[in-house]
Order: sequence, then C-alpha cells, then structure tokens
Amino acid sequence: MTSSAKRGTFGVLVIGIVLGVILWGGFNWTLELTNTEQFCISCHEMKDTPYQELQETIHFSNRTGVRATCPDCHVPRQWIYKIVRKIKASNELYHHFIAKDVDTPEKFEAKRFELAKHVWRTMKETDSRECRNCHKFDSMDFDRQESRSADAHEEAIDKNLTCIDCHKGISHQLPEEYDPEKDLPGESIYYK
Amino acid sequence: MKKSIVTLTIASMALVFSGAAISGVKSLRGGEDIEAMAKKPIKAKPMVVEGGIERNYKIQPPLIPHKIDKEKINLKINTCLKCHSEKTYKKKKAPKIGDSHYIDRNGKVLKTVSRRRYFCNQCHAPQTNASPLVQNVFEGAK
Repeated sequence: MTSSAKRGTFGVLVIGIVLGVILWGGFNWTLELTNTEQFCISCHEMKDTPYQELQETIHFSNRTGVRATCPDCHVPRQWIYKIVRKIKASNELYHHFIAKDVDTPEKFEAKRFELAKHVWRTMKETDSRECRNCHKFDSMDFDRQESRSADAHEEAIDKNLTCIDCHKGISHQLPEEYDPEKDLPGESIYYK
Repeated sequence: MKKSIVTLTIASMALVFSGAAISGVKSLRGGEDIEAMAKKPIKAKPMVVEGGIERNYKIQPPLIPHKIDKEKINLKINTCLKCHSEKTYKKKKAPKIGDSHYIDRNGKVLKTVSRRRYFCNQCHAPQTNASPLVQNVFEGAK
C-alpha cells in the first residue's frame, strides 16, 4: 500500500467515526428529548387531562420526593422495546394532527375507556414491565406493608398476577364504564 | 320614664360586660399573639387494625380499620367495591357490605348497592390514634 492510500483509508475511518458519533448521538439525543414529561405535555391533550390527574397522585408528590414522570410508566426502558413504542407513537401523532378526536376534555372523556383499556392490555401483556423498573417483588419487605397489602402481594406471586391486575386507576382517573366487580384479579374482563 | 329606661338598660349592659371581664373571657387561641406562629397540629396517622375495630354499640356502622386516601368515591366510580362488594368480598377476604345496603327506599332488594348507600364514608370513617380533647368515661356496649 502506498502512503497516500494509507492516508486515504485512515481519513475515511476518522470521518466515519466522527459521522457515526454525531449521527448516532444525535439520534439518541432526539430520542431522549421526546422521552421527557415536558415533551409529553407540550400537547394539550396530555396536559389538560392526564397530567392534571397525575398531579393529585402519590406518583407525583410523596414523602420521599421521588417522582414518576410520563415516560417512566409509558415508555419502556430497554432499547428495542423503546424503539417499538416510539414507532407506535406515530399513531398518536395521527390522532393529534389529523383525526383530532381527543383534543377537548369532553372528547377525551368519551374515549377514556378505550384509551385506558389499551394501557391495561399493554401492561398485562408486558407483565407490568414499566412498573417493575421501580417496584420489584424481591425488594418488597412484606413486614413493612399493611397486612392486607402483604397478603395480596404474596397471593399475587403465587398466582403469577401482575401489578395492573389490581392497581388500575392509580395515576389517572378510572373510566366511568369500569366496574370493579368485573375486575377480580385473574378473572378480569378488561384485557380482551 | 323614658330616661330611666335608657339608664337602666345601659347600667345592666355595663354590668353584663364587666361581669364577663371579671370572669376572664379567654379566646380559643389562648393568650397567644395574633402575629405569633400557631402551633403545628400533631400529625394523625390512620389506624391500621387487623381484624377490624370493634363496634361501640349495636348497629354502629363499622369503622374503617385501614387507610382510604387512595380510594375514590364519586359519581363515576367507587373503588371500595373492589373488595367489599357482594361479588368480590370472598376473594378479597374483606367484610361484605351489609344486606341492608342493597335495599332501596321502597324496600325493593337490588342487585347492586343502593344509591342512597353508595357514599361509604358518609357513615364509615377511618380512625386515628388521637387522644380525646375532653376526657370522657364512655364505655361501649359489651
């Protein structure tokens, strides 16, 4: 190899690395930018209803000062699942920009049951993966829980139940159509 | 005549007011200065009693032996029914809503909780370990 060819290879390599860092970094940076609460509530659909309801719950303010923001529960952390979710989010863009079918609180209320069922079904299918980023059975001290909680959690482990089976409507209001009597853990009708 | 009535009224009013002053009227705030910071009230934690709190008298609405701050009772939803309704209580090992709660005002037995019994915490209340403001010797029925 002549010295000029060597230099050429080296040059291509350096440009490739720099371009790679910039492009990949830029991609990830943008991805993370769309993964913030600020981004979620930049649409009034999210800001006017779900975000207002979240503010009244323990996931927003509590004694230890830990807060769960929108993506903590609604966007998977593992890369591949995150990308899949982000691609699915294009449907949300369609409803925001073109269909405009949740753009008032009234329209949101009319669709709440359907939207809630989507989330419940997803969480059931993923075994409440996003909940378990923070809440894990093996780091739960049942002695420090109220007895009724400890009993329920032990039963949940035995029966392979998942968080959403019992904990529906903890961060947003439950839809009017939801009937707690038809939602017994393990026998729920709301995942179909 | 008129004059004497006026004098009498004024005199009696003066008597009442001075009497109050002598007996020492105390405001609920005590001798504390208006500007001074009020004492922080003691924080009360809801009691958690396994097996429930015993009734103090017959037909007392049972007290709630656990926290209810995350439960919701509104026009749309009543999350107490997740555990206490007729269809769920066995699985959830919770006390069932009383049979009387399924009867409407015309005496008709309903399949679901009667609307007039829907708002649980109108009668059922959680408790804290607060010490009574005034000592009393009440003893519950045994």
